[in-house]
Amino acid sequence: MEKIKSLADLKKKREELQSNLQLREMGDNVDNMIQVKVAMATCGIASGAKQVMETIINESKNRNLSVVVTQTGCMGYCYAEPTVEVKKPGQEPVVFGYITPAKAVELVEKYLAGNEMLDGVIPVNYEKIDK
Amino acid sequence: MANYKYHILICGGTGCHASQSAKIKENFVQLLKEKNLENDVQIVGTGCFGFCEKGPIVKILPDNTFYTQVKPEDCREIVDEHIVKGRKVERLLYLDPKTQEHRSDSKHMGFYKKQMRIALRNCGFINPENIDEYIARDGYKALAAVLEKNDPEGTIEDIKKSGLRGRGGAGFPTGVKWSLCRPNKADQKYMICNADEGDPGAFMDRSILEGDPHSIIEAMAIGGFCIGATKGLVYIRAEYPLAIHRLQVAIAQAREYGLLGKNIFGTDFDFDIELRYGAGAFVCGEETALIHSMEGKRGEPTFKPPFPAVEGYMKKPSNVNNVETLANIPVIINKGWEWFSSIGTEKSKGTKVFALAGQINNVGLIEVPMGITLREIIYEIGGGIKGGKQFKAVQTGGPSGGCLTEKFLDTPIDYENLVAAGSMMGSGGMIVMDETSCMVSVAKFYLDFTVEESCGKCSPCRIGNKRLCEILDKITKGQGTMEDLEELRNLAHVIKDTALCGLGQTSPNPVLSTIDNFWDEYVAHVVDKKCPAGQCKALKQYVIDPEKCKGCTACARNCPVNAISGTVKNPHEIDQAACIKCGTCYEKCKFNAISIK
Repeated sequence: MEKIKSLADLKKKREELQSNLQLREMGDNVDNMIQVKVAMATCGIASGAKQVMETIINESKNRNLSVVVTQTGCMGYCYAEPTVEVKKPGQEPVVFGYITPAKAVELVEKYLAGNEMLDGVIPVNYEKIDK
Repeated sequence: MANYKYHILICGGTGCHASQSAKIKENFVQLLKEKNLENDVQIVGTGCFGFCEKGPIVKILPDNTFYTQVKPEDCREIVDEHIVKGRKVERLLYLDPKTQEHRSDSKHMGFYKKQMRIALRNCGFINPENIDEYIARDGYKALAAVLEKNDPEGTIEDIKKSGLRGRGGAGFPTGVKWSLCRPNKADQKYMICNADEGDPGAFMDRSILEGDPHSIIEAMAIGGFCIGATKGLVYIRAEYPLAIHRLQVAIAQAREYGLLGKNIFGTDFDFDIELRYGAGAFVCGEETALIHSMEGKRGEPTFKPPFPAVEGYMKKPSNVNNVETLANIPVIINKGWEWFSSIGTEKSKGTKVFALAGQINNVGLIEVPMGITLREIIYEIGGGIKGGKQFKAVQTGGPSGGCLTEKFLDTPIDYENLVAAGSMMGSGGMIVMDETSCMVSVAKFYLDFTVEESCGKCSPCRIGNKRLCEILDKITKGQGTMEDLEELRNLAHVIKDTALCGLGQTSPNPVLSTIDNFWDEYVAHVVDKKCPAGQCKALKQYVIDPEKCKGCTACARNCPVNAISGTVKNPHEIDQAACIKCGTCYEKCKFNAISIK
């Protein structure tokens, strides 16, 4: 194993390793993060939700965005799969439909990184009871 | 290539380990392989989460879901539901006892709300057997900074200014201790870590060593550099096999990275650590006794001075620090002394780890800022007294501490206030007692312990404690007199003033504090020959209520000593002289006719 010979070495090493723990660090502070939920029920998976999730994770990572991406069950909008819910801290959640991997890149670029709305917003017609 | 979307953290502390957490981990590995999810989910064995009452704990990130009391057979449901479908397994979530609602996020649980984790920062977060995770959490950064700055006096000054005090019990300022050792010249000096945690019911140091061993290694290297020692020794009890194992793994990894050994970080500072095993004597937590034990001699204390800083291990200048004290060092250096000294009370800075035990709902390991009150700890973090019973007392400081009553519930906890209240901080054991605890028996329990653990070197401790214990025994048997109570108090003061080491000087504390706070209870034992809590067997009386007794003969037939007489369908009677107070009749009576007086 390579020895750590200086402060600079340690810093380099730490930066390499930090991404491994990023997921955990984010989880510790989940309320202040952008939370993305990808609907991954049968309908979602069949429409390619797995690839969409992968894309969102990678694209956010590339842009150095701290985004907590998790999966969730069917949101009920099976006609518009894959669907993705985005909740920014202190804001109401927004649900997007028909998110293909290409659209997912756009989502990260425009809505997550900036604050620009995208087409395909599904009006939220339900209330959520948070525990 | 693995691209993890979920991390499953599984508690690997001793408590959860004993409830099959290793098997749980194995099941997860197996299940994820089955479902081809190995590259999506990372499984991490961590140190203690602290909430031992509800162990084994499984935490899933990034959605921060906290599963409690997980059994190996629950793993499939967690993987199928949570990992595959993204639905939380409701029945395994923590149930808030007040609202009867499930809580999925640990931050919203009463147990964690008031906590502040500095010494336990990595426990339950990283894999203690993986140095890379420690480095990712700013590990060894403090050591690198200290070496780069190359100003040991300045670093000691920073530790002094932070206000950090020894967490092993007495609360001696850590920076001052280091500065006393540094000027002493010798060809070899030693940096010693005291991991001889001996209080009954205490497991703070064990959990830190099990959950975050690298923080101790890093702190010892920093301390070594500051005092001018190139050798570190950890005195750890052989009863802590898991802690020893994790420490050994950590030391080997640190050596591989060159963080222990020669020319650390390319400087001319050399430092390495060896382990020394203790056989589990309480007195060996006292630093001079600890040093003798490490040298292979009997674990007996010697008079100070000379202090270990002048003449310690192998007669060389040595510095002894407790595990929890050391765990604070890297954070103080990384975040600055100003930050650390902003936490806590005027004279006690930072946080303290307590092992919460006894008649309380949430047993576990907690870390709280100094200055918190007992009420907050017991009722908010601890979730109140078990079974809705009444709070009676809380014992802090183990065999050297005392019992605090209701009137101290709102006292801010720090070193000075606890001593003023007749107890002490000690290493952080905190045992909560309810109305069914007999305080004379509690005092006797601790005295039994000190009598057993006294090394026998000085007579006040060897003989005096034995006598104290005998008097207490007499009282619990209903043979005590008011003179005995006077004698108890006098003798306790003599021992306190004349014993050689900390063990003897503090061993009468449980007696004195219970006499002061529960005088009536002592008097009840002596004068009325009654134990108000109903714990002292010899003072119990089983009595049959003739009104309620139907004469079914169940008690008489089951009495092992034939102490119950009476004829069928007529009230029975217990011969108190023959009764051995076994309680069989009480259990067998179907008419609630037997009561304890």
